[in-house]
Amino acid sequence: MNWLIEFFGTAANWSGPSGIPARLLEHVEFSAVALLLSMIIAIPLGLFIGHTGRGGVVVVVAANAARALPTLGLVVLIVLLVGVGSTWPVLAPLIALAVPPILVNTYEGIRGVERDLRDAAYGMGLRGGQVLLKVLVPVALPLILLGLRIAAIQVVATATVAAYVGLGGLGRYIIDGLATKDFPSTLGGAVLVVALALLVQLGFAVLQRAVVSPGVSRRVKSR
Amino acid sequence: MNDTEPLVRWDWIGRHIPDITERLLDHVIMALVPVLLGLLIALPLGLASARWRGLYQPTVGVMNIVYSLPSLAVFIVLIPVTGLAERTTVIIPLTFYTLAVLVPAVVDGLESVPDHVRQSAVAMGFGPTRRLLRVDMPIAVPVVLAGLRVATVSSISLVSVGALIGRGGLGYYFIDGWQRQFYTPIIVGIVLVMVLAVLADGVLILAQRLLTPWARARRTS
Repeated sequence: MNWLIEFFGTAANWSGPSGIPARLLEHVEFSAVALLLSMIIAIPLGLFIGHTGRGGVVVVVAANAARALPTLGLVVLIVLLVGVGSTWPVLAPLIALAVPPILVNTYEGIRGVERDLRDAAYGMGLRGGQVLLKVLVPVALPLILLGLRIAAIQVVATATVAAYVGLGGLGRYIIDGLATKDFPSTLGGAVLVVALALLVQLGFAVLQRAVVSPGVSRRVKSR
Repeated sequence: MNDTEPLVRWDWIGRHIPDITERLLDHVIMALVPVLLGLLIALPLGLASARWRGLYQPTVGVMNIVYSLPSLAVFIVLIPVTGLAERTTVIIPLTFYTLAVLVPAVVDGLESVPDHVRQSAVAMGFGPTRRLLRVDMPIAVPVVLAGLRVATVSSISLVSVGALIGRGGLGYYFIDGWQRQFYTPIIVGIVLVMVLAVLADGVLILAQRLLTPWARARRTS
């Protein structure tokens, strides 16, 4: 407790480029960029594979392999290979870890839509693309959002680890604190990261409530 | 970094076999103890929340929150309690992650028992305990094992983050390789972690086949 009071009570920790607001903003910024880029890659691909049914096996295998990938090892290896010149190479492992959950959940969500529902949409005269956007995506939305949530949490956590290879953000307090035996800073950083992760979780719960059609969420709940 | 440095120096691996084995063993212990502990705790917790529905929402809610906590942060928060570079500091958070995956899996598994099956069991004179052990649990096995596979594989890969607090099994090689700008240990670490994960997953798939012989019988008929 005393350590936390020491960290959060120090005025110098609240201002400047290594102050808590600046570090928090950095962390959110990196995480948001990584998540956005992952979405741009994974969502269209997942929609395509789920809708056409081509390449599903590859997706599932890739997803399992991705879960086994040790985050720290991947971060260290990619940054060593690409070079530490700027912060951008550090985003690569974050994206590599965020793509699989989004891709798999999008694919599984689309593929899991009941056959009858799909047929009914075609029967009503909708074309392939329309069926996808007007029927399949709304019905699959809870699963797609779950994938995004897992990816977002993964990214926030990995961004913390990536501070080890020079990424800014809240992980800096943890890594630098460990290196200099400044325990208040380490513990304070950890508490901030936990708070951010909880906020992300909360944000997705609110988002889910806002964007998922009431008809769909009732079905999910009653399942 | 260094363009002339090969990705893998085989002679380094040859010279470090004893060291690698030792860290591999440490890694296996730190990854599997949490899974076993988690399974032992998740079964009664899951049974309780399947039995008393009121418990389900809060339990799963708490598990969701636990699962979202970054492992490095949790390791750090535990250091004052369990110590730096201690096995326990890694094992406790990983046990909670296992619980977060397994408790919902146990509940979902028990829910997946069709109502008519349950009623048949009752009609055949099964009491509540015997029904649970002889009917509900076996039918829940595939769902529970699916959760166990996720938990095991994640646990094996998460142990390496512990290297940042001085106890990460094979994760040590990531730190070592980074500090010396040396690819070989990093690649050895990544490959061994993935091999461990695939092996553990394979064992669990085998366990599922042995525990659910009817699934195979149905497929071949």
